[in-house]
Amino acid sequence: MDALEILFSATLWAAAIRIASPLIFATLGELISERAGVLNLGIEGIMTVGAFAGWYTVYQGGDLWLGVVVAALAGAAFGLLHAVLVVPLGLSQHVTGIGITLFAASLTYYTYRLAFPEVTSPPKIEAFAPWPIPILSDIPFLGEALFRQTPLTYLAFIAAGLVGWFLYRTPAGLAVRTAGENPAAVEAQGIDVTKVRIAAVVAGSALMGIGGAFLTLSAFNSFYFEMVNGRGWIAIALVVFGSWRPGKALLGALLFAAFDAYQLRLQQLTGSFVPYQVFLMLPYALSILALILMSRRAAYPRALMIPYRKGER
Amino acid sequence: MTDTVLKLERISKRFGPLLANDAISFDLKRGEIVALLGENGAGKTTLMNILFGHYVADEGAISVAGRALPPGQPHAAIEAGIGMVHQHFTLADNLTVLDNIMLGTEKPWRLHSAKGEARQRLNRLAEDFGLLVAPDKTVAELSVGERQRVEILKVLYREARILILDEPTAVLTPQESQTLFATLKKLTQKGLSIIFISHKLHEVLSVSDRIFVLRSGKLVAERPTKATTRQELAELMVGRPIAEPRIEPQVPGDVHVDVRSVTTSDGLERADLTLHGGEILGLAGVSGNGQTALANLLSGLTRPHSGSLHIFGEDAARWTPDIVTRRGIARIPEDRHAEGLIADMSVTENVIAELYREERFNKRGFLDWRAAEGFARDIIAKFDVKCPSPLARVRLLSGGNMQKLILGRTLSLTPRFILACQPARGLDIGAVAYVHEHLIEARKRGASVLLISDDLDEILNLSDRIAVIYRGRISKPLARRDVSIKELGLMMAGHGFGEGEAHAA
Amino acid sequence: MRLEPREQPSLLITLLYPALAILATLVFAGILVSFSGANPFSVFFLVFKGAAGSQFAFLETLTRATPLIFTGLAAAVAFRAKLWNIGGEAQLYMGAVATIVFGTGLLPWPSPILVPILLVVSALAGALTLLGPAFLKVRFGVDEVVTTLLLNFIVILFVSLLLEGPLKDPMGLGWPQTKKVIAEAQLPKLIQGKRLHFGFILALAAAIIVWIVNTRMALGYEMKAVGFSPRAARFAGMKVDRIMLKTALLSGGLAGLAGLSEVAGLKGNLTLDLSPGFGYAGIVVAMLALLHPLGVVAAAIFVAGIFVGADAMSRSAQVPSYIAQVMVATALLAMVTALMFTRYRLRWK
Repeated sequence: MDALEILFSATLWAAAIRIASPLIFATLGELISERAGVLNLGIEGIMTVGAFAGWYTVYQGGDLWLGVVVAALAGAAFGLLHAVLVVPLGLSQHVTGIGITLFAASLTYYTYRLAFPEVTSPPKIEAFAPWPIPILSDIPFLGEALFRQTPLTYLAFIAAGLVGWFLYRTPAGLAVRTAGENPAAVEAQGIDVTKVRIAAVVAGSALMGIGGAFLTLSAFNSFYFEMVNGRGWIAIALVVFGSWRPGKALLGALLFAAFDAYQLRLQQLTGSFVPYQVFLMLPYALSILALILMSRRAAYPRALMIPYRKGER
Repeated sequence: MTDTVLKLERISKRFGPLLANDAISFDLKRGEIVALLGENGAGKTTLMNILFGHYVADEGAISVAGRALPPGQPHAAIEAGIGMVHQHFTLADNLTVLDNIMLGTEKPWRLHSAKGEARQRLNRLAEDFGLLVAPDKTVAELSVGERQRVEILKVLYREARILILDEPTAVLTPQESQTLFATLKKLTQKGLSIIFISHKLHEVLSVSDRIFVLRSGKLVAERPTKATTRQELAELMVGRPIAEPRIEPQVPGDVHVDVRSVTTSDGLERADLTLHGGEILGLAGVSGNGQTALANLLSGLTRPHSGSLHIFGEDAARWTPDIVTRRGIARIPEDRHAEGLIADMSVTENVIAELYREERFNKRGFLDWRAAEGFARDIIAKFDVKCPSPLARVRLLSGGNMQKLILGRTLSLTPRFILACQPARGLDIGAVAYVHEHLIEARKRGASVLLISDDLDEILNLSDRIAVIYRGRISKPLARRDVSIKELGLMMAGHGFGEGEAHAA
Repeated sequence: MRLEPREQPSLLITLLYPALAILATLVFAGILVSFSGANPFSVFFLVFKGAAGSQFAFLETLTRATPLIFTGLAAAVAFRAKLWNIGGEAQLYMGAVATIVFGTGLLPWPSPILVPILLVVSALAGALTLLGPAFLKVRFGVDEVVTTLLLNFIVILFVSLLLEGPLKDPMGLGWPQTKKVIAEAQLPKLIQGKRLHFGFILALAAAIIVWIVNTRMALGYEMKAVGFSPRAARFAGMKVDRIMLKTALLSGGLAGLAGLSEVAGLKGNLTLDLSPGFGYAGIVVAMLALLHPLGVVAAAIFVAGIFVGADAMSRSAQVPSYIAQVMVATALLAMVTALMFTRYRLRWK
């Protein structure tokens, strides 16, 4: 196949959607948190925790969906820690976030080594199998690309829709959005900003945990060190790229994943002309480019990263 | 029908060493407008924040229509029918009017917001009270007067029976203030009761039925409005007779500042301004009409897109703030917390912020902290800045002392031109008088002073000439004696700024 | 619940809370250790012994602390100006690359000339690596946390490319590694036969220089002001953008020196595993030191001790060496919380 043919092949787009799935969860999670005004730099660590927690649950005999739930809870727990330090105590969101990432990741690796002290290659589990959707999966091209994915992928897209509905059409979502624009406005309506922000961070972190679990329960079937590989940071860039809107963030994730899938296949084509490292670099470089492009017209939540202290001028 | 709808009994509140409210008691009757009068820092806002539930009082109790109000819970206050229109609007600029008003009014776990019904209800309410707004516009698109209407509607939408308005006229033109007062009368006719917080005597006298005067956290007097005078209230507010500042007329000198037809990207539109030595030019206007843009221009923070700027005869278009300082221009920033001082640095570190490049403090890149501390001590002494030591963090200083520090730092340049933006904002009367004295003294010395303020009283008291800024354009200045509040009010609302009218030769 | 600023915290308070933080860290780590079946106290003892229990151990700790002092200083300098430089890793590697490029024979000059040149080029390489993200922040408002982080990944891949390509050692049996630096480029050992090298002295010197810049120089004052309030700094006439860029050069340069130190002082050549996360650890070191340059030295030795000690400990006990990272991360979170409590009081109304 040549480069252009690859671009229009269904396998490429199927791969793109698969690659996008963990990113979608992670981006949605960060988006909810930032919309409420809290930057969560713990995302990379939280995804690691989710990946391990989900996988370990299944390894110990649990159901795959139970693994997803456990991953969400684990993510939520670390999110709660971040939220408590950053919202009521008002610690620096940058420093605490990085601390949480280091803490969550190292705790995960320690626990893994504790559970598997001698193992050199990590044990495998039975991951999610693809669920082709009846009828829809037989449509030429679209069927193969869209409707033969694993259940977690379908969940990712549903989640995007739900988050959008939540933010723009429910009272709770309005409270979240306002908390990120002007916390004083939230307090003036009798709602406790602290509770709203903590809830948003915890919910977002649960999604991040699921995003991590996707890696071990759907994409691969084992847990590796450093398997998150920067996806958390890319999600942060995608939130900016999507202007903090779930729909655009979803598109951004898909675009990015499509590019990633494409460069993987291009690598195989060009072989030894271009070193493979160049291709691996491209997703990160693209994220930086996306950030530059969108920063010009940043429509960011006005109260992002500004802690709310009652009465303090 | 004069039943009591609200009663505060012996409310006390302490913040660290500061006793903000000292055993304050007052009551509100149905259909009344009660004014809470006091200078900045007297404790009015703290008291209302306690009423609304933002703070919990250390002592005392509140009852609404005879029932005790649980402290510290804004939603309990809202449910009891208390609504507060805050001094600094609590609106989310990027959200729509409807969103802002609906927030918190539905059960939090509803799966679908009933926007259609809410919009209808809002429109009915708006018509009833004559407060028209467009529900689907974002707040950012609204004028200041419109935003205040949204704040009031927000409170009425929640069926408030007791309204608290905190310094509502600070951002309005005199005419808009009159409209507001008419609205308040209408509200009382419908049975609402109102608490009106202000430090402006004439407003309080014109709109209220009863007046409570607060001073240094204590309730010092209660008067029926008809039975008191400006003089008495002023003395009660401050605790001593106040003298108005005296300004001797003097002949203005050379042109110091010459702004010609300047347009900037942040809000000036072909603005003209001429300032002479030995005069105070007061620039009135509702905040948000280009004052910040003008200050940025004269501070060297922005450049003119078109037009020219000359200061002391030199072309100042490309000046940056450090050049401005070097040319002997003093700047009092609008926001002393965000622009003027760095709260977590010491007094000494703050005092040399504009001067640290000078040789007396800076020897080849190394700072002479001993000289800096000496300089700080000088200013502390000369300007009576109350602080624990020159090494203390500025955060610990009161607002008035912070302003004195800024004043001291900037006047030490012996400036020929002073740019004073809202210099008295948030200060108690003593500090205000202090700041004004220094401005008058500088004028006497031959300096030019541009006083940008949204307080018309301040402008009228101090200025030789007065101009109005509206949407980035500046009116032709008029001598103080030639201008009336009514005219100024009309200009602040935009009259006389039509195309071709504004700048008669 | 709200936070009230303390006027002047007493000495007791300033010491009590950090002490509580350290205690909390030890207790938490102890609990984790007990899950492995080992006795926490004997484990801590082994860690301590491995870090400082013998001359060998202590020298090893200091050797491991050397790059951490550099990256810690890099983070401290940047964070003080609120420039969130998370790219220490990338800057370190670029400094290492520069050291290899210039130190493996390109400039066959004697030590007193070659070593200073290597200092300059490695610092420059690190500085330029941070300059990109700093420029994007200053000019376009692009958040530097994400750009510096992503750049870490890009640079590691770039180094991998170099190691398999232009910088590959032809005598290296096919492994992705570079040639060794020439003898004249090597930083001398401080003690015969031990691993502690001159880089340690350079690191100490760097800490003192940063301290002087911070406390006595106009640039240090400017960086502090810009970190607290760019708006007020701009109003006062400081050229905020220029100060940010200078901060980036200084910070990146320090991290680049870490790369030089590891290559020319310890390893001799460049491989992909040159840095087991020194850049990230440097951030923790900086925060533990409360961004104070001399504190960075102490914190770096402390953190290095934990890592070296944990390595030694896990060889004899059955506790995974990751406990070191957990301890360090916990210490960071605990310390930042403790610091807040020394400045603010918690009020329930």
